[in-house]
Amino acid sequence: MENNVLIEMRNIRKTFPGVVALDNAQLTLRKGEIHALMGENGAGKSTIIKCLTGVYERDSGDVFMDGVEGNIHNHSTMDAQNIGIATVYQEVNLCPNLSVAENLFIGRAPTNRWGAVDWKTMNKKAQKIMDDLDIQVDVTRNLENYSIAIQQMVAIARAVDMDCRVLILDEPTSSLDDKEVEKLFRLMRQLRNKGVGILFVTHFLEQVYEVCDRITVMRNGQFVGDYTVAELPRVKLVAAMLGKDFDDLAAIRKEGTGKEEGPVCVGCKNMSHKGTIKPFDFVIHKGEVVGLTGLLGSGRSEMVRCIYGADRSQTGEEKMNGKVIHIHQPLDAIKLGMGYLPDDRKAEGCIADLSVKENIILALQARQGIFHRVSEAKQNEIADRYIRELSIKTPNRDTPISQLSGGNQQKVILARWLATNPEFLILDEPTRGIDIGTKTEIQKKVIELAEQGMSVVFISSELEEMLRTCSRLYVMRDGQNVGQITDENGPITQEEVMQAIAGGDKS
Amino acid sequence: MKAKWKALTKQQLFLPIFSLIVVLLINLIKDPGFFQIGLQNGVLYGRLIDILNRGSEIAILAVGQTLVVAVSAGTDISVGSVMSLTACGTCMMLAGYGNNSVNELAVPMGVGILFGLVLALLCGCMNGALVAKLKIQPMVATLILYTGARAIGLVLCNNQITYIRYEPYKYFGNFIPGCPIPTPIFIAAAVIALMTLFLKKTALGLYIQSVGINSKASRISGINADMICFWCYAICGLCAGIAGIIASSRIYSADSNNIGLNYEMDAILAVALGGNNLGGGKFNLSGSIVGAYTIQAITTTLLAMGVSTDQAPVVKAIIVIAIVVVQAPAFKQMLAERAAKKNAVRKEAA
Amino acid sequence: MMKKQAVQTDGSMKKTFNGNNMLLAITIILFVVMYTIGCIVYRDKGFPHLQTFLNLFITNAGLICVACGMTCVMLTGGIDISVGSLIAMDCMLLAWGMGIKGIPCIPMVLLILLIGIVFGSVQGYLIGYLEIQPFIVTMAGLFFGRGMTAVICTDQISITQDMNKMFYSWANAKITLPAFLGYTNKKGRVIAPFIRPTVLIALAVVVVIFLVLKYTKFGRALYAVGGNPTSAAMMGLNVKKIKMRAYMLSSFLCSIGAICYCLNTMSGSVQQARGFEMDAIASSVIGGTLLTGGVGNVIGSLFGCLINGTITQLVTTNGKLLSSWANIATAALLMAFIILQSIFAMIKNRNR
Repeated sequence: MENNVLIEMRNIRKTFPGVVALDNAQLTLRKGEIHALMGENGAGKSTIIKCLTGVYERDSGDVFMDGVEGNIHNHSTMDAQNIGIATVYQEVNLCPNLSVAENLFIGRAPTNRWGAVDWKTMNKKAQKIMDDLDIQVDVTRNLENYSIAIQQMVAIARAVDMDCRVLILDEPTSSLDDKEVEKLFRLMRQLRNKGVGILFVTHFLEQVYEVCDRITVMRNGQFVGDYTVAELPRVKLVAAMLGKDFDDLAAIRKEGTGKEEGPVCVGCKNMSHKGTIKPFDFVIHKGEVVGLTGLLGSGRSEMVRCIYGADRSQTGEEKMNGKVIHIHQPLDAIKLGMGYLPDDRKAEGCIADLSVKENIILALQARQGIFHRVSEAKQNEIADRYIRELSIKTPNRDTPISQLSGGNQQKVILARWLATNPEFLILDEPTRGIDIGTKTEIQKKVIELAEQGMSVVFISSELEEMLRTCSRLYVMRDGQNVGQITDENGPITQEEVMQAIAGGDKS
Repeated sequence: MKAKWKALTKQQLFLPIFSLIVVLLINLIKDPGFFQIGLQNGVLYGRLIDILNRGSEIAILAVGQTLVVAVSAGTDISVGSVMSLTACGTCMMLAGYGNNSVNELAVPMGVGILFGLVLALLCGCMNGALVAKLKIQPMVATLILYTGARAIGLVLCNNQITYIRYEPYKYFGNFIPGCPIPTPIFIAAAVIALMTLFLKKTALGLYIQSVGINSKASRISGINADMICFWCYAICGLCAGIAGIIASSRIYSADSNNIGLNYEMDAILAVALGGNNLGGGKFNLSGSIVGAYTIQAITTTLLAMGVSTDQAPVVKAIIVIAIVVVQAPAFKQMLAERAAKKNAVRKEAA
Repeated sequence: MMKKQAVQTDGSMKKTFNGNNMLLAITIILFVVMYTIGCIVYRDKGFPHLQTFLNLFITNAGLICVACGMTCVMLTGGIDISVGSLIAMDCMLLAWGMGIKGIPCIPMVLLILLIGIVFGSVQGYLIGYLEIQPFIVTMAGLFFGRGMTAVICTDQISITQDMNKMFYSWANAKITLPAFLGYTNKKGRVIAPFIRPTVLIALAVVVVIFLVLKYTKFGRALYAVGGNPTSAAMMGLNVKKIKMRAYMLSSFLCSIGAICYCLNTMSGSVQQARGFEMDAIASSVIGGTLLTGGVGNVIGSLFGCLINGTITQLVTTNGKLLSSWANIATAALLMAFIILQSIFAMIKNRNR
């Protein structure tokens, strides 16, 4: 092993039924460095971390750690903790109802000679730990009284006090404001100087350049590269994450569509949702395909949720076909002719135990109202039509949706919205975790729908996919709509978009 | 053969029908005259009729309970008490407050019964509001009425057993003159038919299952999940009310302490025995109903064997635990692990 | 993708008022107010006497023990509605064993405690290890216990002096307090206030459970499991085992409570302690234990029991009101506190 190396993971392979999540992935973490792990959805970041911390067991590959004999196989997070690998997640894994001191010492509280918990010693020790790390808290207060940032720091302090040498921070900054992030970074630098290796997963590019020393980029479950921060400027990083190589499927979109603008379908002014997305404007014309681009967590999903009314907007106004509309719940939006395919298929899309047919007619039924049941014959007809049209691979229309593959589930959800024949359709990551063939099919369908006059919002982590389908792109960064790119002056190029996403310095 | 058997056991109705057959067989062996139905004084009698008759309340309760279980993965344990409250409310209205035995009604019978049913509906609405709006665990929310409703009933009847010695009031729980079949059977059939029709003709069934399986996704798809949940509890309350009227009419009185006693257990057991998962989601009404009559058959059998009504819950409690243990994912996993271990050992031996 | 935990800066930290302390404060104030009102309204009926206050403890000794156990279970986020039936079963067993079978009281008491542990461990195993909803399991426990009571004996059995001298003497033992705390009755005699041994048992249970919750690893683990079971597991706690032990503790304390209850009623019957689970849960909830788990302590529960007792006391002192008014009041109070809890929880979430 090279000097100074703390963790070395090589040729890691991990498969789930039907999916290769990691293939030939690698990761090297050195002592006293902050190492960013970057990649878009499905890149395999969290999988590789879980393989390291023992949540998953890898299929093959080697993991070595400085000072530990041989190949490491962790079977649980406890195993990992015992050899000094600790993880702090975005949702703090502590008990909010206990004091800070207790959270630091739970399961290993100091006891006095009668075996009772010695609160005095515990509080003193806890205060010392926090003071050493320069975190100002009253350790006797309950954790829930403190901000998420402090809670995360407490989690980190706990890990440090348990002699962790490898600290994994999984998107710790997603819900912090700038000041809190600064505090967290100060702590991270302090730990780095003490020789702890920190693996930092984040979506915020700014932060990577502010605090990290090295970057490992992953894409599609594979290792792309390991760079020092200096040798990888922002634009290159974005390129590495999104992947530059087109698979040369001919552009499906005919040149010039979307040039002539129809009437405005939906227009939003100054809408926002407290805590997730800053005020934004948005316009889509009839028959237009508009893309929302930006990295994961940039606010692209939050924006469409606001428009659709899945989260209620607190400010601004929304117009549809020139009329001001008020959406209090998704049903209102559906009745107005909107549709929304959510990004989290499992949590918000599929009704797992219901059949393909029932899943398809659900939104249509909701629009008609409970007392106007879609007749059995009509249900069958609609289901069969979309199964044929979208070539959904299912044994029959009465098969539970949970038995289909991911791609086919997605098509069923798409069918659910198409069945309502919406004027305005929002597709949030419709192609995530789907094989190439299905992806192309869905893209083609989007173009076809637009040609028939439907307005479609398309969100994807894959840039090329957006370029292929959209005529206009809104760019999102850090919860803000920062501008748009159109194809008025010739086709949109990847470079253009990456520059816009990366923002900041143009190095 | 084995495959066929497996496919058969996978059917949702397998469990309730199988248990019903077992219970009936046991009875047949013990008492060959079990299936005999005779005519006496112009009305039918016999064990089977008795089971059908006595099972009416449980079947009606099971209808409501099935919806509640499916939509909220919790159960309404207040149904027994609500039955009692309805009975008390109705009898109080019919007798006039403070009277404990009347031969003449104080108000028309319809008004009294309507009053009782409205009380029951209000109870259901209260449960529904607590569960759907305030997001309180169903069992805790319904626990309030589990003790509260019975107590309110006692207050309504001034701590007495109120007797309604008015012939037509007895019809609901006994016989209508000239008809050989007990009236409760008709009422239960009507409730079941109405609910089946309602589920067939409206999209309620789809909504309930959808909310029960994934309420977030249902909301995104345009279903008002809270509202559906609320109405399921309201319907459950109403069903309890109907059952309460029958129970009260049987003894033409309101005995607050004993009407609907332990019925919540029977109702939940009927749902579980009907092959419905107490974790919510997909449901099968017919299963619950067969389950309900199975429970009644068990109760009748136990009574015939000399087990008192007070003792019967022991057996039922054990059945409930057995069903939920078999349904529990953790238990299935445990079995799978054990089987895997055994296989590994066998392989090593080979 | 919704971020539930939005931004909260340090500045607003001090302003977030603590809903849980507030609930406890409300409880204590409520008790004082209710008792004072009782003293004023029923001053002629002896309500202001110290003895009336002590009677609260004497009649509710069993409830206090049970509420302590209930609090432990509720801290983990669970619930135990089998307690009322378990008490009925225990009382019946005591009455039947000593009264009909003539078994000496010490072995009977030990048997009762053993039954508590076994009962609790079965429930605990099903809930902790097989992950079945606590409500379903303990509801089955409720019906099982009630049914078993009837299996043991369907009649009401009273324990008299002839049946078991020792038990009888326990029940009637008086621990007299100094006479100056007493009052002078109409005949001019000073009546010294007294308590029964059961009160000492109940208070001992409160103290022990208070210490357990505060100073033992098990006690703290109960809070951790209730606060966030996933976190607790990740921090190396054996969540399943802790849950199982919580239910064992609950049933064990319930059995101690049953003995106190029996010493107070000196009888066993099928109808006994019906709705007792409600009183215990209400006491815990009114005392500031959150239904969602993780927050609460036995001191609050003690006050919850006292409020419960005061309601009953007020109703009985009145004499004209039906006894079921006490149940209605308790149910209403429970509902009020549950709604308060969820309102506080909503405010807390909004502040985040």
